[in-house]
Amino acid sequence: MSTLTDPPKPAFRLSQLIYDTRYRSITIQFVALVLMVLGIGWLVNNTVQNLEDLGKDFNFGFLGSPAGYDINQQLVDYNSQMSHGRAAFVGILNTLLVAFLGCVTATVIGVTAGVLRLSKNWVVSRLMAVYVEGFRNVPLLIWIILVFAIMIESMPEPKKFRGADPAASMIFSDHVAVTNRGIWIPRIGFTNSLSGNEAVASVEGLPAVASGGADWALIGVVLLISIVAIGFVRARSTRMQQATGYRPTTWYLQLGILVIPFAIVGLFLGMTVVTPYLKGFNFTEGIHLRNSLIALWLALSLYTGAFIAEIVRAGIMAVSEGQSEAASALGMRPKRTMNLVILPQAMRVIVPPLISQYLNLAKNSSLAIAVGYMDVRATLGGITISQTGRELEGMLLLGAFYLLLSLIISSVMNYFNNRTQLRER
Amino acid sequence: MKKSVFFGALTVAALTAGVASAATLDDVKARGSLNCGVSTGVVGFASPDANGVWEGFDIGICRAVAAAIFGDSDAVEFVPTTGQTRFTALASGEIDMLARNTTWTFSRDTDLKFEFVGVNYYDGQGFLVPKDLGVSSAKDLDGATVCIQTGTTTELNLSDFFRINNISYEPVPIETNAEGRQQYIAGACDVYTTDASGLAATRSTFESPDDHVLLPEIISKEPLGPLVRHGDSEWGDVVRWTLNALVSAEELGVTSANLAELSAAPTNNPEVNRLLGTEGELGAMIGLDANWAVNAIGAGGNYGELFEKNIGESTPIGLARGLNAMWTEGGLIYSPPFR
Ligand SMILES: N[C@@H](CCC(=O)N[C@@H](CS)C(=O)NCC(=O)O)C(=O)O
Repeated sequence: MSTLTDPPKPAFRLSQLIYDTRYRSITIQFVALVLMVLGIGWLVNNTVQNLEDLGKDFNFGFLGSPAGYDINQQLVDYNSQMSHGRAAFVGILNTLLVAFLGCVTATVIGVTAGVLRLSKNWVVSRLMAVYVEGFRNVPLLIWIILVFAIMIESMPEPKKFRGADPAASMIFSDHVAVTNRGIWIPRIGFTNSLSGNEAVASVEGLPAVASGGADWALIGVVLLISIVAIGFVRARSTRMQQATGYRPTTWYLQLGILVIPFAIVGLFLGMTVVTPYLKGFNFTEGIHLRNSLIALWLALSLYTGAFIAEIVRAGIMAVSEGQSEAASALGMRPKRTMNLVILPQAMRVIVPPLISQYLNLAKNSSLAIAVGYMDVRATLGGITISQTGRELEGMLLLGAFYLLLSLIISSVMNYFNNRTQLRER
Repeated sequence: MKKSVFFGALTVAALTAGVASAATLDDVKARGSLNCGVSTGVVGFASPDANGVWEGFDIGICRAVAAAIFGDSDAVEFVPTTGQTRFTALASGEIDMLARNTTWTFSRDTDLKFEFVGVNYYDGQGFLVPKDLGVSSAKDLDGATVCIQTGTTTELNLSDFFRINNISYEPVPIETNAEGRQQYIAGACDVYTTDASGLAATRSTFESPDDHVLLPEIISKEPLGPLVRHGDSEWGDVVRWTLNALVSAEELGVTSANLAELSAAPTNNPEVNRLLGTEGELGAMIGLDANWAVNAIGAGGNYGELFEKNIGESTPIGLARGLNAMWTEGGLIYSPPFR
């Protein structure tokens, strides 16, 4: 037994909760937790109380009842007798469509502008600077409305295309009609369609892609097989290069593998181009890109593209000069230096901020409200809410949708990001 | 211990939440002004004039209610609402009443939990087209592009009409009347459809109104009227009887011209006396002053005067009374008795 006595433990004093760093953080966390629980409790309670005062219940049954309204742009079959849930789905697809198109074009525009801004050519780099500053510094909403107004006010009406000596005419040798109701472009049709030749769009203006689902599936499968085959050819070339030092020329083989099966299937299906033509009040056939889609898509792409351009520029500049000097010392041409040395390293800097640009674009697509684009905000979060009075339910669903969309985008991009990061071996 | 603190706090939160839903009339009186939801701009019904002062037929109802409560027809805040925002604004308490070309329907009255206090305009949905479109019936509109306000009954009727007649159309969804007007004039849509009164009002603002015609079909019933939230019948009574007072005033021949004279002393018509508060206690029964109806009528005149001044045949909008004539003259406008 030890004779040494432990130093007497000081009694716990309440003031230690504040003055003693060992306890203070616990105190702060506890207080924050209580405040948060109280805050949430207050909000929920308030909501329940207010719903009760209004005599409203909380239920999602409205999603099953007939919507009653029509939607102009539908990627899946829809009519007003279908349910509010279906209308919401049509809206979701429209949101996804514009978000996807926007992300693709914004990336193309952004990467091009970002690279060109570093160009040695003074005019080109200045032009890109003007583009970037012009679009970054004017609110997106204004761009959307501007494009929309230009489409409506300065493009010709469809009826101007009529008559022996029309005031307006179609462009690209009569394939594309630019009107103040949108742009009609040709679509690809199949005269021997697998879905039967009667399977035309059920509603006028429905992109007829839906009518030939089986045809597109077949084409997709063939293309996929070709791409896989091309992969094998390339892998073989790489193996030969590693073995012999020479890479065999295979581009004609690759091209053949891509084009020939596709051409055969195309012939088999009777693939043709269907051009729009004027019928009654409007153009018909072809694909109708409505003003709302054009305005939103173009403005989102140009606006986000300007931010992406800066991100790309920053990414390239972050790769030290020595890298490109070393590459040219090895005799690499500038284009290969860019593709093989600079861009792969720049990607590491570029991808994380790119993710947030994609997220921004997806969420900014809800500015569709300014031009009447029928996205999920307009169907579920707009018309459905005001026809059924289900504000709370509708808004919660809408919030959940955008949350989910953002989470999906960022997880996909994070996966991509992990693949581009430096791997330490 | 911790638990009881938590629940105690929750109760406090619940109590403060409960306070927000006291009687609307008291809230309005305490605030000193009425929050009235109106449209974003339909000439003749609700639009700001050159000086930013709101005027119109629906505005007249708001001002009459404000005058009935405060004796001051300016004690009102006008809150512009769109087809999509109006019901949320009313349900959430942002506005005390809505007077915005709003159709009384079953589901709005029941499921959306609103109370329509009456009808101030019996309307129906029409189609406006340019004359040179060469269309004489709505049934010829197959394939046409139609501008349509979202969140309205018109949007639902339109869909039904085209489906029943087995013809198709391309809807161009719009938020406000101003947007619809712009797209229609630019020719981005062939047809503009909404309540016929709204079409007449919109057409009156065109440069050459005569180049546009209303097609003969009226495809729906659109009884338009002011509404309030469910659950506060006393407040509903105030708005309902203000509207009825305007109607009864027309029926009884009380106008802004003779209002002062008739309300100075009891006349030999007891209903006029009860209406104008020179006899009986009607005002007190709805929590207002005895001269509430005098103030309401004084705000813009009786129902007929409001109609003539804002949308009647002498205005550019030029609407005939039609269904909106007094019941004594073959119309549907009718007020229960004041007694
Ligand atoms: N009566 C229909 C339609 C009401 C409606 O939206 N009318 C238009 C044209 S008369 C309007 O008031 N617009 C006002 C605005 O754009 O703010 C309804 O209640 O749903």
